[in-house]
Amino acid sequence: MSFWKHIKPEFWDHRDVASGRHRHLFNLRRIWYLSVLLTAGVSLMPVFFLAAIDYQVTQKAIESENMLRTSRLVSNARRTLSFFLLERKYALEFLVRDNSYEQLIDNERLNTILANLHDSFGGFTDIGVIDIHGRQIAYSGPFDLVDRDYSRQSWFEEVMEQGGYVSDIFMGYRRSPHLVIAVKHTSPDGRILVLRVDLEAEKFHSELIDIEIRHGGEMFIINHDGILQTPSRRFGYMFEKMILPVPPFSESTQVFETRGPEGEELVVGYAYLEGTPFILMVAKTKSNLMQPWLKARQQILVYLVVSVMVILIAVLVVATYLVSKIHAADQTRVAALHKVEYVNKMASIGRLAAGVAHEINNPLAIINEKAGLMKDLMAQQEPSPLQVKMQGLLDSIQNSVNRCATITRRLLSFARQSDVTLDLVDIRNVIENVIGFLGKESEYRNISIDVDIAPDIPFIKSDRGKLEQIFLNLMNNAFSALSDGGHLQVIGRKKSEKDINISVIDDGCGIHPDDIKRVFEPFFSTRTQQGGTGLGLSITHGLVQELGGTITVESQLGKGTRFNITLPLRGDAAKVEKNGTDSRIAG
Amino acid sequence: MEPIRVLLADDEEELVVTLAERLEIRGFVAEWVTTVEAACAILRDKAYDVAVLDVKLPGMSGLDLKRKMARIAPELKFIFMTGHGSADSFNECAAEAGESYFLMKPINIDVLVQKIRQVTGGSVK
Repeated sequence: MSFWKHIKPEFWDHRDVASGRHRHLFNLRRIWYLSVLLTAGVSLMPVFFLAAIDYQVTQKAIESENMLRTSRLVSNARRTLSFFLLERKYALEFLVRDNSYEQLIDNERLNTILANLHDSFGGFTDIGVIDIHGRQIAYSGPFDLVDRDYSRQSWFEEVMEQGGYVSDIFMGYRRSPHLVIAVKHTSPDGRILVLRVDLEAEKFHSELIDIEIRHGGEMFIINHDGILQTPSRRFGYMFEKMILPVPPFSESTQVFETRGPEGEELVVGYAYLEGTPFILMVAKTKSNLMQPWLKARQQILVYLVVSVMVILIAVLVVATYLVSKIHAADQTRVAALHKVEYVNKMASIGRLAAGVAHEINNPLAIINEKAGLMKDLMAQQEPSPLQVKMQGLLDSIQNSVNRCATITRRLLSFARQSDVTLDLVDIRNVIENVIGFLGKESEYRNISIDVDIAPDIPFIKSDRGKLEQIFLNLMNNAFSALSDGGHLQVIGRKKSEKDINISVIDDGCGIHPDDIKRVFEPFFSTRTQQGGTGLGLSITHGLVQELGGTITVESQLGKGTRFNITLPLRGDAAKVEKNGTDSRIAG
Repeated sequence: MEPIRVLLADDEEELVVTLAERLEIRGFVAEWVTTVEAACAILRDKAYDVAVLDVKLPGMSGLDLKRKMARIAPELKFIFMTGHGSADSFNECAAEAGESYFLMKPINIDVLVQKIRQVTGGSVK
């Protein structure tokens, strides 16, 4: 919370201390909220909007690219496998065309062919020639299969019908997966024979693994019944039914999305290999495929977060700055209004005081003259006890009149005018005058006032009325800080050839260190409950400056306060500002 | 020695009446008026040595009245009284009055007598 206290702008807890006509115009906190919300909303909305669009577009793009890549992979693999099988089929076709019927049924010749095939293509395990009745008439290979009858086997029927045949992969006698390729040939003289080779499926499988390694994902082959023809890591054992459903026939490569055995999302591509019972399948987990998407998404998020932060910081800083400025301007405005009001009030009081003093002076003069005449008449009488008594009474009437006259004169001089007029002023006289105003209060409250003005202080060129106001304000202040029986001291010293220093010192309650910087601020008051406006010292400060002087304050809580005023011996006319309020006493 | 003749002009009748009586007691010839018109009229009939004027009279300031009276009786000396006590009018009057004097109400009769003697010192034997 102390951090908040530190960064909290000044206007945040602003309370309108100025009641009455000159209220502050703004609810600053509300303005701040509104401007922050509005600017943040307006500037963040497009950012979010763009980010959302970017998010969707990127996701779509990456998804369709994945589909495309899978499709391409399937197509490539399909071509490779088709080529692999066709190559061997064509090799057989070439053999049956290249060799005569006699050559083909010759076991010696067949051995040579098998050896050649093995050397050139690899993977051929045996080769047999079957006549039109299904009897194997020649054979080369590890088994003795001559004269074996295939006539009732379905593949034989198929090869007779279609001219070529590629079998499923099966284990067969050899205990290793292999497949059979058979071609039918009709020799120019009309004799029909079927050439049949066994091919190790290993060779076939290794082609797949090659592609698999290069592109990732899992690639395997099933037959049309969904029986796995090559090993698969995740979709079932070889020669068993694949876990995934068998995709419908399509001439071209297809890609679809589905769920795997563990419920994971899969992208599956497949292609029917033409002229074979095989379906090539490629399965990739979507999460793997979407790896680039995750990266892109992260980038979008980082971008979004960073821009939101930057915008928010900018909005906060700008709003706070502007509202602080409004606050400062408003403070100045209200302070100015209050000062004008204060000056007007002082002027009105001045006029009133002058009028009252003038009106009182006339009857005082009459009382004075009447008493004087009575004294004159008494003096002409023969001396008597009555006459002596009357003389005394009349003297005290005249003394009282003189006291009244002193008061009215003081009032008149205090309320004289508010423009700065430079006169030669005796500072002792000013302070005596001010103390005269406070004399009664100091007597009631038993406050001792000590004035110590050094005798070498000359008359200074300054404004008497303003000086009186300054010291009246300061002493009033001291009086409110002092408890009954306190001490007030006014010390005047010549500081240099150019200026004098007057200190007003009290041993009252003092000022809290937190407040001391603010005592000259307008509206700063610790006596708001007791009717303080917080303007006294601020106006005093202004007055001292108008006279070209400076005012400082030192204070210790509980021990007292000392105000130091430095005044120039010769008033600096440049600093004198006319405040335009003519408060000359109306005659 | 002829008594000094004093004309008092103030709108407060009670004041001038009493003041005139007190000056009589002190051996002056004192007469009083309360308006500007009466002051001018009486000045045309009689001669005075000193006029004691209020700075502010109904309808005319003491300074204007002084100029008016000075035209009628150039030899007349002036003393001003005021209930104002302000330095402004003091400065103005001091500049205007020349040899004359300026007193703040309520005035001290001894001071007034002294001033009258001072201003007339040159002309009255």
